[in-house]
Amino acid sequence: MKRLSDEQTKIFFEKLTKYIGSNVKLLLDRPDGTYCFREMKNRVYYMSERILKLAENLSEDHLIAVGTCFGKFTKSNKFLLHITALNYLAPYAQYKVWIKESAEQQFLYGNHVNKAGLGRITENTPQHQGVIVLSMSDIPLGFGVTAKSTQDCKLADPLVTVCFHQADIGEYLRSEDTLV
Amino acid sequence: MGRKLNFAEKPKKGPGKKAKKQPAPKFSKKLLPSHETAEDKKLSHRQKQRAAKREQRKQKHLNAHAKQKLKQQLKRQKKYQSDESSQEEEDNSENEVESMQSDEEIQEKTLKKGFKAAAAAVTQKKKAPVEESDSEEQDAEESDDSEMMRDDFGESEEEEEKSSIKRKRDILADSDEESDDQEDANDEEESEQETSDEDSDAEMKMPIEKASKKLKKRKEEDDKLAEEELQLNIADRETTDHTEMFDVDKVLNLQEIQQRITDVAAVLNDFTFNRDPSRSRAEYLEVLKKDLCTYYSYNEFFMEKLMDIFAISDLLQFLEASEVQRPLTLRTNTLKTRRRDLAQALINRGVNLDPIGKWSKVGLVVYSSQVPLGATPEYLAGHYIIQGGSSMLPVMALAPQENERILDMCAAPGGKSTHIAAIMKNTGVLFSNDVNKDRIHAIVGNFHRLGIVNSVVTCVNGVDYKKFIGGFDRVLLDAPCTGSGVISKDESVKTSKTQVDIQRCYNLQRKLILSAIDCLSAKSKTGGYLVYSTCSILPEENEWVIDYALKKRNVRLVPTGLEFGEEGFTSYQDKRYHPSMKLTKRYYPHKHNLDGFFVAKLQKFSDEIPKNVDVEEEENEDETEEVDDGKKKKKIDKRDWFQKDLQELNEKKKPVDDKRKQNYVTNVFEKPVKKEKSQTNGKKVDSTSKPTPSKKQKKMTNEVQKQTTSNGLKDNNSVESTPSKKQMNGNQKTMTPPKSSGKKKKKFRNE
Repeated sequence: MKRLSDEQTKIFFEKLTKYIGSNVKLLLDRPDGTYCFREMKNRVYYMSERILKLAENLSEDHLIAVGTCFGKFTKSNKFLLHITALNYLAPYAQYKVWIKESAEQQFLYGNHVNKAGLGRITENTPQHQGVIVLSMSDIPLGFGVTAKSTQDCKLADPLVTVCFHQADIGEYLRSEDTLV
Repeated sequence: MGRKLNFAEKPKKGPGKKAKKQPAPKFSKKLLPSHETAEDKKLSHRQKQRAAKREQRKQKHLNAHAKQKLKQQLKRQKKYQSDESSQEEEDNSENEVESMQSDEEIQEKTLKKGFKAAAAAVTQKKKAPVEESDSEEQDAEESDDSEMMRDDFGESEEEEEKSSIKRKRDILADSDEESDDQEDANDEEESEQETSDEDSDAEMKMPIEKASKKLKKRKEEDDKLAEEELQLNIADRETTDHTEMFDVDKVLNLQEIQQRITDVAAVLNDFTFNRDPSRSRAEYLEVLKKDLCTYYSYNEFFMEKLMDIFAISDLLQFLEASEVQRPLTLRTNTLKTRRRDLAQALINRGVNLDPIGKWSKVGLVVYSSQVPLGATPEYLAGHYIIQGGSSMLPVMALAPQENERILDMCAAPGGKSTHIAAIMKNTGVLFSNDVNKDRIHAIVGNFHRLGIVNSVVTCVNGVDYKKFIGGFDRVLLDAPCTGSGVISKDESVKTSKTQVDIQRCYNLQRKLILSAIDCLSAKSKTGGYLVYSTCSILPEENEWVIDYALKKRNVRLVPTGLEFGEEGFTSYQDKRYHPSMKLTKRYYPHKHNLDGFFVAKLQKFSDEIPKNVDVEEEENEDETEEVDDGKKKKKIDKRDWFQKDLQELNEKKKPVDDKRKQNYVTNVFEKPVKKEKSQTNGKKVDSTSKPTPSKKQKKMTNEVQKQTTSNGLKDNNSVESTPSKKQMNGNQKTMTPPKSSGKKKKKFRNE
C-alpha cells in the first residue's frame, strides 16, 4: 500500500477529470471522513482512512483488494480505468449517454454504440469526451468516449458509431479473473 | 394516419386447430391385406410338406401332454383316496386343465366356508364325519338337527342368530343360485322377528322405512365382510413378503427395489407388530441400507451416517428431497435497489418469481425464467445476487450492526459477505478472507459489482488469522465441510466421502472455530458474537465442533434469532453435548425446502483462554498427527534438523513444566472424544496408505514418532504400554482405568 507518486497522481487525476470533471474534488473532500487513493501492485484503490489503517496490518502478499479498485497503471505508465470505478464515476458524471433497450445487450457484449442504439445524449457533449453510458432506466452500464458531438449525432447515419466502448459491466462476467 | 388497429384479443370461435380431431387414416386398397386371396392361394410343394410336418409335431405334443395328465390324475387319486368328501371335487378337476389347478385351490381356500356348507349338504346322506367343518357354529348346528340346514333354516328361534352367518356364506359362494332365494327368505324372517320384537315402533313405520332399514342392514354386513376379507389379504401378503425380503443377492430392477424399500420401511415403522419374529431389527436395517444404497447410489458408509441421524421415514424423505434441485433464489442488493423494484424489473423480462417467505425481506424465489438470470443487465448492475435461501440464514443470525468490524473467515464466493455489507449499509469495515486464491477473484468481482466499498479482501489461512488482526465485533465462520446437506447441488458427496474425509473436515473446523473465537473481542460493546455455519448435516461437523469450542474457549451459545428450523442435537449416539446445544438450528431439504444447513451463534464472554486448554491442545495436535502415515513422518524427520533442535530445547524445558501441568486435571468429557479419534486414526493407518500432509507434521518429533509406533502396538491389545508412552511425551496425564476400558469398547465396536 503506497501513496501515489506525484507523476502518478497527475496521470490519474487527468484521466478522472475526463469523465467527472471538477467533481474529482468531491471524491477527496467528503463529509463522512477522509478518503484516499492508494496504490498496490500497480492498481489504485480508493478507501476510507479508517479502513486503510486496519488494512495496513496485513502485508501486500495477503491483501487482495481494499475498498474500490479504480484501475491500473499500464506498463507504459498510462492509467487504465476499470469498470469497477463505475460506482464512483456514474453519480458524478458530467456527460451521459443513454442507450435504447435493444442496444443494451450489444453494448454489454463490448460493442460500440451506434446512432440507431442511441436513446438520449447530454446537450453540448463535445467530440472525444469521456461519457458514462446508461440504460433508459438509468442503470449505469459502462463508460466510453464520444465519437461524435451532440450536434453531429443529430445528422449522423443510423449505423455510424456515436460512442466508443471502453468498459461495460459485462466484464464482471467476461473477465472476472483479470479485473483486479 | 390510417385506421386504428384493434389489439384487443378476439373471442375464440369454435375449437382451436389443435383441438380438431384427426380422422381415421385412409388406406388405399392395394395396401389393405386381402384375406380371401391369401387363403385361396395354392400352397407350393415345400409349403405343403412343412405344413404336414407341423401337424405331426402338434399331434405328438398333444399325446405327450395327455399321458402326463393321466399320470398326474392317478397320483392324485391315490392321494385323495383317504379323503372321502373330496371325491366329488376330484371328478370336477378331471376335466380341468392342469394350469387351472393352483387357481382352483386358492379359490377353494377363499370359499372355504361356502364350499363346506355345500359339501356338508351333499354328504349328509352318507353320514360323513363332521370334523372337517372348522366353524364351530356349524358343529353346533349339525348336532342339533341335520335336517334343519336343508330347510332354509326353519322357523326355530335359535336359527335367527345363525341366519346372519349363513348369509355370509351365501355371499361368498357366489355361484349358488339358491343363495338369493335363501337370502330373501332370511331377510323376511328377520324383519318379521324385528317387528315382533318392537311392536310399538312397527306400527309407526311405513313399508318404505322397513325396506330402507333392511337395505341398511344388508349394507352394513357387506362392509363388514369386505373389511374382513381385506384384512385377510393383507395378512397373506405380509407373510409372503417376509420371505422374499431377505434374499439380498437376488438381482432386482429398480422398481422392485423401491417396493422392497417401502415394505421394509413399513415394517420398521411398527416393528413389534409387523416383524417376522425370526428376524432381528438389524437384519431389516441391513436390507434397507443395501437397497437404499443401490436405489439412490450412495456408498454404504455415508448411508450409515444418514441412518444414524434420521428416523426411517425422515430418511426416505431426505433422500428423495436430495434428488430434487432446490428452487433458484435471489437476494436483492439493498444498497442499489429495493426488492419490489427488482421484482418488477425482472417480471418485465419474463421471470416468474415470488418472495421467498416471511423470514426474509430480501429473498426472491424464481420459478421459471425466459432469460439467463446470471446475465441480465440487472444482475450485471449489481441489483441482485444468486444465492441459496439457506445462505441468508447465518447472516441473519449474525445480525451485523452499522459501524462494526466484522470478519467473514471463509468468504468465497462472497454471497454471505455481500449480504453482511448490505446490512451494514457500507459502513464500518468488513474483512473477507479465503484461503483459495482462485476463488478470491469471485469475491472481488462480486464486491465491486454490488458496490461494496467498506471491504478488505484478504487471502490468509483462517487458522492463522489472529496473527494478523483481531478485535472483531462479529465473526462469521462458514466452515468448509463435506457438503452433506447440498447433495442436490453436488452428487459426488454420495459416493466420495469416507471417515477420513469427515475427520479431515472436522479437524479443520475445530481449528478454524478456535481461531475465529480468538479473533473476536469480548469487550466489544455491540458484539462479541460468532456465527458458525456449515452446509453439512453430520453432527461431527456441527454439534461436536461447537461442543469442542465451548470447552476450549470462554464462549456460550445464544439464540440464533431465526424463527424456524430444527433444534440441534444435544446427544448423538454415544456422545452427549452441552444442553444449550438446542439453541442451534438445523435445516433439512425435506422439511424446509432449503439446503441442509446448520447455524450456531456463540457469544464470547471473556478474552481469556482457559488455562488447561494448552495442555489438551498439545495432545490434540499429537492425535491429529497420528492420522498421518508413518512413512511420511520419517521423511520429514530426516530433513527437519531445525525441528529436531527445537525439540531438544523443549525437552530440556519440560521437567520444569511437568510439575506445573500436574496441577490440572483433564476434563472427563474430553477422554472419550480423544479415544475415538486415536482409535479411528489407528484404523486409518491400516486401511489407507495415503498420507495427509499438514503443517503439524513439521512439528513432528522423534518422540511423537515413538508414540505412534507404540500406538501401533497398542492396537494389538497391549493397553499397558500407553502410560509409558505418555510419560515419554512429557504430558503428565493420569491414566485412569475407565479410559482404557473405553478404548476397548470402542475397538469392539469398530470390529
